[in-house]
Amino acid sequence: MNNFFIPPAFVFIIAAAFLPLFSGKVRSVYLLLIPVVGFANLINIPHGNFWAYSFLDYGLHLIRVDKVSLLFGYAFHLITFVTLIYALNFKRNMEYVAGLIYAGGALGAVFAGDLITLFIFWELMTISSTFLVWARGTESSIGSGYRYMLVHLLGGLVLLIGIILHGQETGSMAFNHIGLGTVGSYFIFFGFGVNCAWPFLHSWLTDAYPEASIAGTVFLSAFTTKTAVYALARGYAGTDALIWIGVGMAAFPIFYAVIENDLRRVLAYSLINQVGFMVVGIGIGTELAVNGALAHVFTDIMFKALLFMGMGAVLYRTGKIKATELGGLYKYMPYTTIFTIVGAASISAFPLFSAFASKSMVMSAAVHESLYFVWLVLLFASAGVFHHAGIKIPFFAFFGHDSGLKPKEAPMNMLIAMGILAFLNIFIGTFPSFLYNLLPYPVEYKPYTADHVIFQLQILLFSALAFTLLLRAGIYPAEIRSTNIDSDWTYRRGYRAFLWLIDKPVLGFMNYMKKLFFESIPGKLKHFSKNPMAIIMLTFSNSESRKHITDCIINEEDAYLESMNIHWSIGLSVILIIAFLVIYLLVFMISLL
Amino acid sequence: MNFVEHLHVLIVAIPLLAVPIIPLVGRLRLDFSWYFTFLALSLSFFMSLNLLMNVWGSGPVSYFLGGWRPPWGIEFHFDLLNSFVMVVTTFIAFVSVIYAKQSVANEISYDKIPAFYAVFVLFFVGLFGMIATGDIFNLYVFLEITSLAGYALIAAGKRRYAKMASFNYLILGTIAATFIVLGIGYLYMATGTLNMKDLAERLPEVYESRVVFTGLAFIIVGLLIKMAVFPLHLWLPDAYKYSPSVVSAAMAATSTKVAAYVMMRILFSIFKIEFNVIGIPITELFIYISSIGIIVGSVLAISQTNIKLMLAYSSIGQIGYIVLAAAMMNPVALSGGIIHILNHALMKGGLFFVVGAVAYKLGTEKISDFRGLGKRMPLSAFAFTIFSMSIVGVPLTVGFVSKWYLVTGAVASAHWYVIPVILLSSLLTAIYFGRIINLMYFSKKPDEGEIIRNEAPFGLVAPTLAVAGLCIFFGIAASVPIEIAAKAADALIGGGLWK
Repeated sequence: MNNFFIPPAFVFIIAAAFLPLFSGKVRSVYLLLIPVVGFANLINIPHGNFWAYSFLDYGLHLIRVDKVSLLFGYAFHLITFVTLIYALNFKRNMEYVAGLIYAGGALGAVFAGDLITLFIFWELMTISSTFLVWARGTESSIGSGYRYMLVHLLGGLVLLIGIILHGQETGSMAFNHIGLGTVGSYFIFFGFGVNCAWPFLHSWLTDAYPEASIAGTVFLSAFTTKTAVYALARGYAGTDALIWIGVGMAAFPIFYAVIENDLRRVLAYSLINQVGFMVVGIGIGTELAVNGALAHVFTDIMFKALLFMGMGAVLYRTGKIKATELGGLYKYMPYTTIFTIVGAASISAFPLFSAFASKSMVMSAAVHESLYFVWLVLLFASAGVFHHAGIKIPFFAFFGHDSGLKPKEAPMNMLIAMGILAFLNIFIGTFPSFLYNLLPYPVEYKPYTADHVIFQLQILLFSALAFTLLLRAGIYPAEIRSTNIDSDWTYRRGYRAFLWLIDKPVLGFMNYMKKLFFESIPGKLKHFSKNPMAIIMLTFSNSESRKHITDCIINEEDAYLESMNIHWSIGLSVILIIAFLVIYLLVFMISLL
Repeated sequence: MNFVEHLHVLIVAIPLLAVPIIPLVGRLRLDFSWYFTFLALSLSFFMSLNLLMNVWGSGPVSYFLGGWRPPWGIEFHFDLLNSFVMVVTTFIAFVSVIYAKQSVANEISYDKIPAFYAVFVLFFVGLFGMIATGDIFNLYVFLEITSLAGYALIAAGKRRYAKMASFNYLILGTIAATFIVLGIGYLYMATGTLNMKDLAERLPEVYESRVVFTGLAFIIVGLLIKMAVFPLHLWLPDAYKYSPSVVSAAMAATSTKVAAYVMMRILFSIFKIEFNVIGIPITELFIYISSIGIIVGSVLAISQTNIKLMLAYSSIGQIGYIVLAAAMMNPVALSGGIIHILNHALMKGGLFFVVGAVAYKLGTEKISDFRGLGKRMPLSAFAFTIFSMSIVGVPLTVGFVSKWYLVTGAVASAHWYVIPVILLSSLLTAIYFGRIINLMYFSKKPDEGEIIRNEAPFGLVAPTLAVAGLCIFFGIAASVPIEIAAKAADALIGGGLWK
C-alpha cells in the first residue's frame, strides 16, 4: 500500500459538500461509500503526527494518530456507516449534510494534534449538531436547538479562553496531559465538561437529544459526549475531581430516568449515566481504569445507538414516543422489539452482551484502588440502568398495556442497521478480546469468571424484581404525563427574565424618558412658543373665544412631531454629543490639575 | 519623477478625476457611467495592491503633492497600516461597484443614475484621501468630502424618510467635522504645524498644555460620532436603513472603519503612547465606552424586526471591538483591531449585499420574511450563513481570527474584565444570527405551499459569494493579513513611528 492518506475528518466534510449533487439511489450508494472510503483511508494511516500547518502564529498538526485516537476513529466510522443505513429512507439532504459534517468534526477532534485544531473541530461539531436538532423542524426542537447552541457556544468560549491562557502559560499548543493546576487548565477542564454533560452542565443533552430528528438523535448520541470523554482522557487522566464528577453523573440521572415519560429522554438520561462510568474510569487513571473507560466508549456507542434507533423506529412508525401513549407494539414490530431488547440487555451488562465486557473493567479498577464508596455507587447505577433502560424501555414501548396502535414493521434499511448493531453487541460481548486488542494498554482482564457472571446476574434479577413489584403495586411512576424540572429550568427562566428585563423595565424606561424629554416637554414648549400670546389669552378668556383660540393653535401643528415618535431625534443626539464633550473636557482638565 | 512614483497618488487622483466625467459620459449613454465608475475604482484597487506590496517589500513611501516638501506642502504618506486599510477600502469599493450595476438600476430612477455614480465615487475619493494623507488638515478636507457625498447617497434612498435620515446625519456629521477642525486648530495653535510627522515631533514639548488637551478632546469626540460609537451612534441606524442597498453595504463596510483608522493614527502616531501614560486615562475611557457599546449594540440588535436595522446595531457593537482593541494598548490586541478592520468590512459588506439581494427579489427588509430563504434563494442564504458564523466567531472564518487576537490581547495586558464582554457579545450575536439561520432553513409555515427557487441575478450573487469566499479564505490562510497587521501594530505601539 502506498502511504497517501488524508485527515479522516476531511473525507466526511468534503463528501458532505458534494452530497447535494446526488439524489435517489445514487445518493444512497454515495452515502454508504463515504464511511467505507473513510475507513480504507483510516487503516492506511501510520502512528504519528502528520499534516503540519501553521495558523495564528503556531505550528500545528492536523492529525495525531495513536491507539487512543484510532479506537475512537474505528468506532466513529462504524457508527456513521450504520446510522447512514438507518437514515437512508429520509428525503431531506439537510440531515445527511449536517450529520456528515458532525461526524467529520468528531473525527477531526479525536485526531487533532493540538489544542487549536481540537477547538476548530469542536466548534464545527457545535454548529452542525445544532442543525441536526433544528432539522426536525418542530416548535420545541427549534427552542431546544437554540438552548443547545448557546450552551455549547458558551462552553466553546470557556474552552477558547482556557486554550489561550494555557498557551500563554506553557508557550505551546500541544495537547498532552494537562492536569488541573493553572487558571487555563481549569477553563479547559470546564470547557470539556460542558460537552461531557457533567451534572448541572448536562441539561442541554436531555433537553435537545429527544427533540432532534430521528436519525439526528442517533448521530448526536454517538459523538459529542464521546469526544469530550476522549479529550478528558487525553488531558486529565487521573484527576481525582473526575471520579466524583463521574459518580454524580452515574447516579443522579437514574432518578430522572425512572420518572421520565418520553422514552428518548429516558435514553438521554441513561446516556449521561453511562458517560459517568467512563468519567470515573478516567478519573481513576490506572491502566485498567482508562482501558475500561475507553472500552466502554466503544460499547456505549454501539448499544446506545441501537436503543435510540429502536425508539426512532417506533417514533417513525407511530409518531408517538411517550410511554403513556405506547405499548403492545411487539405484535406489529417484532424485529424492532428483538433488536431493542438486545440493546437493552447490552446496556444492562448481561453476560454475553457488550457492556458486560467493558463496564466491569471500570468497577474492578475502582476496587483495585480501594475506592469502595465509588464502587457501591456504580453498583447502584448499574442496577438502575437495568431498571430504567433495560426493562422500562422495551416494556413500555412494546409490551405493557395495549395502546391500540397498529403500526407497520420498521422499514428494511432501519432493520438492517439495527441488526448490524445487535450482532456487534453480542459479538463484542461474547468475544471481548477483539475489543481489548484495540485498547491503548495491554489487557489482562478476564470478564468471564464464575463469580463475576453470577454476581452480575444477581444484580439484574433483583433489579427486575424491584421493577415488577413496583409495577404490580401500581406505583410505578413512568405512566404519568408530567414535565420534570431539571437544571435547564434556571437558564430557560433566566433567558425569559433577561428578555423581560430588556423589554419591560429597560426599554420601557428609555421610551418613557424619550417621550418625556423629546415629545412631552418639547411639545408643550413648542405649543407655548408657537403663540405665547394665545396661551396667555386662553387663561383670561370666556369659553367661546377659548374654543376659537384653541382651534387656531391646533391648526398650526405640523406633522414633524409625529415622525419623532418613530425615530431618534437630532436633538437627542446633539445633547448626547455635548454631554460627551463636557465629560471629556472635565476628565482631561481634572487629570491636569 | 517617473510614472511608478506617481502611482500612489493616482489611487486618489484617478477617481477624483473620474467624478466630473461620469455624469457627462452618462449623458451620452447610461451604461457608460457605470463603466467609468468601475474603471476608476478597479484601477484604485489594483494600484493599492501594488502599493501594499511595495510598502511590504521596501518600507514606507512618501509622496509630496506638487513637489512641495513638508511641512509646507501636503504629503501623502503610506506605511503598512494605511496601505492595509487602503487595500481593504479599495477592495470594498471594487466589489460594491460590481454589485451596484444591477442593484442601482433597480433602486435609483434612471435619470439620476449618472449623478448617483459620480457621488458614489466621490464618497470613496474622500475615504481614500483620509487614509492616504499625511497632513491633518487635509484629512479634515477629505473627511468633509466623504461626509457630504455620504449625505447625498443616503438621501438617494427610495423612501421618503431617507431625506430625514440624511438630514439627521448631516447635522451630526457637521457637528463632528466642526469638532475635528476645531481640535486641529488647537493643535495648530500649540505647535504651528499641520503635517502629521511634524506634529508628532513637536507635540511632546507641549503635552502638558491645556490647548493640546482641549484639541484632542474635540478631535476624539468628533471621531467618536463618525465611528458611531455608542452612545453617539444615533445617526447610524436610520442612515443604513433608508439608504439604497449598495450604499448601506459600502458605508457599513468602510466609513466607520476609516474613522477608526484615523483614531488609531491620532492616538498612536500623532500622540505617542507616552502621552497616555503621563496624561489622562483616554484609553481607560475608551475601554469602558466600547465595552458598553459592544453589549448595548448586540442587545439592541436582538430586539430589531428590520434586518438592516439589526445589522446596523450589530455594526455599532462591532466597531466597539476595534476601539476596544486599540484602547488595550498592546501590540497583540491592536493587531487584532487592525485585522478586524478587514474582517468586519468583509462580513458586514457581505451581509448587506445579501440583504440587498433579498430586497431586490422579494422587496422586503423584514426579518420574518427571511423564512424559507434557504430554498428560495439558496446561494444568498448560504452566503448569509457564512457571514453570520463569521460574525459569531466560528473557527475557520475571519471572525474567529479577530476574536482570537482580541482575547489573547486582553490576556496579554491583563484586561480581565474585557473577556466576559467579548464572551457575552459572542453569545448575543449568536442569538440574533441564529434566529435568522433558523428562519432561513428550518422554520416553515404549516399553510405554505412549495417554495419556488427565485435566486437573485448573477450580478448580485457573484460579488456576495466572492466576499463569502474571502471570509473563509482569510479565516484559514490568516497568516498574510496577520503578519501585516502585527507589523503595523508593532510600528504603532513601538514608538518607532512612521516606519
